[in-house]
Amino acid sequence: MSDALRELYQEVIVDHGKRPRNFHVLEGATHTAEGFNPLCGDQLRIYLRLADGVIEDIAFQGQGCAIAQASASLLTLAVKGMRQEQALALFARVHALLTEGPGSQAAPETLGKLAVLAGVWEFPLRVKCASLAWHTLRSALAGDPAPVTTE
Amino acid sequence: MNPRASRLQPLAKRFEPYQVERLRQAFPILAQRIYGKPLVYLDSAATSQKPQAVIDAMSRFFLEENANVHRGVHYLSLRATEAYEQARAKVQRFLNAAHAEEIVFVRGTTEAVNLVAQTYGKVHVHAGDEVLISAMEHHSNIVPWQMLCEQSGARLRVAPIDDSGELLLDELERLIGPRTKLVAISHVSNVLGTVNPIRRIVELAHAQGARVLVDGAQAAPHLKLDVRALGCDFYALSGHKMYGPTGIGALYGRRELLEAMPPYQGGGDMILSVSFDKTLYNKPPYRFEAGTPNMVGAIGLGAAIDFLTSLDPVALAGHEQAVLTYATQALTAVPGLRLIGTAADKIGVLSFVLDGIHPHDIGTILDREGIAIRTGHHCAQPLMQRYGLAATARASLGCYSNQQDIDALLAGLAKVQEVFR
Repeated sequence: MSDALRELYQEVIVDHGKRPRNFHVLEGATHTAEGFNPLCGDQLRIYLRLADGVIEDIAFQGQGCAIAQASASLLTLAVKGMRQEQALALFARVHALLTEGPGSQAAPETLGKLAVLAGVWEFPLRVKCASLAWHTLRSALAGDPAPVTTE
Repeated sequence: MNPRASRLQPLAKRFEPYQVERLRQAFPILAQRIYGKPLVYLDSAATSQKPQAVIDAMSRFFLEENANVHRGVHYLSLRATEAYEQARAKVQRFLNAAHAEEIVFVRGTTEAVNLVAQTYGKVHVHAGDEVLISAMEHHSNIVPWQMLCEQSGARLRVAPIDDSGELLLDELERLIGPRTKLVAISHVSNVLGTVNPIRRIVELAHAQGARVLVDGAQAAPHLKLDVRALGCDFYALSGHKMYGPTGIGALYGRRELLEAMPPYQGGGDMILSVSFDKTLYNKPPYRFEAGTPNMVGAIGLGAAIDFLTSLDPVALAGHEQAVLTYATQALTAVPGLRLIGTAADKIGVLSFVLDGIHPHDIGTILDREGIAIRTGHHCAQPLMQRYGLAATARASLGCYSNQQDIDALLAGLAKVQEVFR
């Protein structure tokens, strides 16, 4: 198998793809948004409970490829407990990692578990899968009712 | 004729019995390596690869014959017009249509369906009427009819299929009634590979006075076609699915129907005379070919038909069925794999899903092995919904597909399953 593939489908991605964390409807959610990539069929809904600008709880549900599911699962773990502006700053860094690769300003080593998403950069056709959950999070925080797409 | 192209003809004649390795040499792209691995092209239902003869015919047109058709009085214009009209005659013979005027050049099957919906449909389909399609249609044979129904107040009905991907003919028969003005149906499904019983459907439709349009995009590269034997009223095909170029296709329409149809688009070539008071429209097929046509596309389509008809149809069908049977048996034996589309009468389209692995992950891993397949909804979302799936992986065969392609696919799928073990 090629190194790029090994980098893309790291154990963490496969694990979260198969067993996504926080995969449920969130009771008492204050914010929600839907992301949908119609060409792929990737679809997810993010729910979050925001109190005093802090993401107290977050969950998601949907269907999609391992990259989309794992990215959403890792997102929920990463932003839970963050302040809204911290989550948006993280969105920007993950976005840079996905679109500019490991050489980007967003040093992967400071991203913790999210650094596994660095492998996606070498697969331009899959960036939209990995970024869908992040754009959906941003939309949920902004209270934007229109569904998100990254196609 | 170009020397390279003329050499191909006798070569093609020698495919008895079908010599797929020889045939592959006619397709230069197949010699390519992808990520250092030999290209395994299993996406012919999306678009077929092009033989050297088609590439040569198109470059020869630009090198030696290019001028606008049906306009100039000069030598090149005459030659270009002849070449363009010869291509039309090739399509006529390929479809066994009675007259060359029954062949309209279009951009592809999609434009052909839209043309019929917006001309024949606009005149003949009214509020309270019905248009019947099937559950296995491509979006291009759904959306134009939805648009027509929205405009006219007609109703779109959908004939169901069974789990194997075969049309439920009894249901279809029940759905055709006196209100049915048009039945639009694919000859071969792009997702399931099912070959639909067009003759029977035409009988049922004509018995109720309904016209039949056949979407032949997936049938043209694989089946021997005869619109008169099928009895259909319209037949649509795309050049690029049948070893020709993109941007060109053909619509067959019965002469008396085309003659009674209003124009599709206005412009040059579709008129007899124009004044600001009144414009007289040209006769078919020119009435439906406004503007300078895709001349080189038509030349390429003609060359693709020459290529296809140079193959022994029995040997071609035999080879494609043999590879399909091999692939079906091989894929059926893969643990956790489910084939979508197992009709008794089908051509080389193998849609499948793997337990717990999304088609896009399959597609990406196979890609790095040099294997090109299609993943997604294949422009047939209602059909995906019928099977409760968001997407499938699809391997599809062409005349050049061989056993090694299938063996490579199997090895690739083993790698996919290893990643997701």
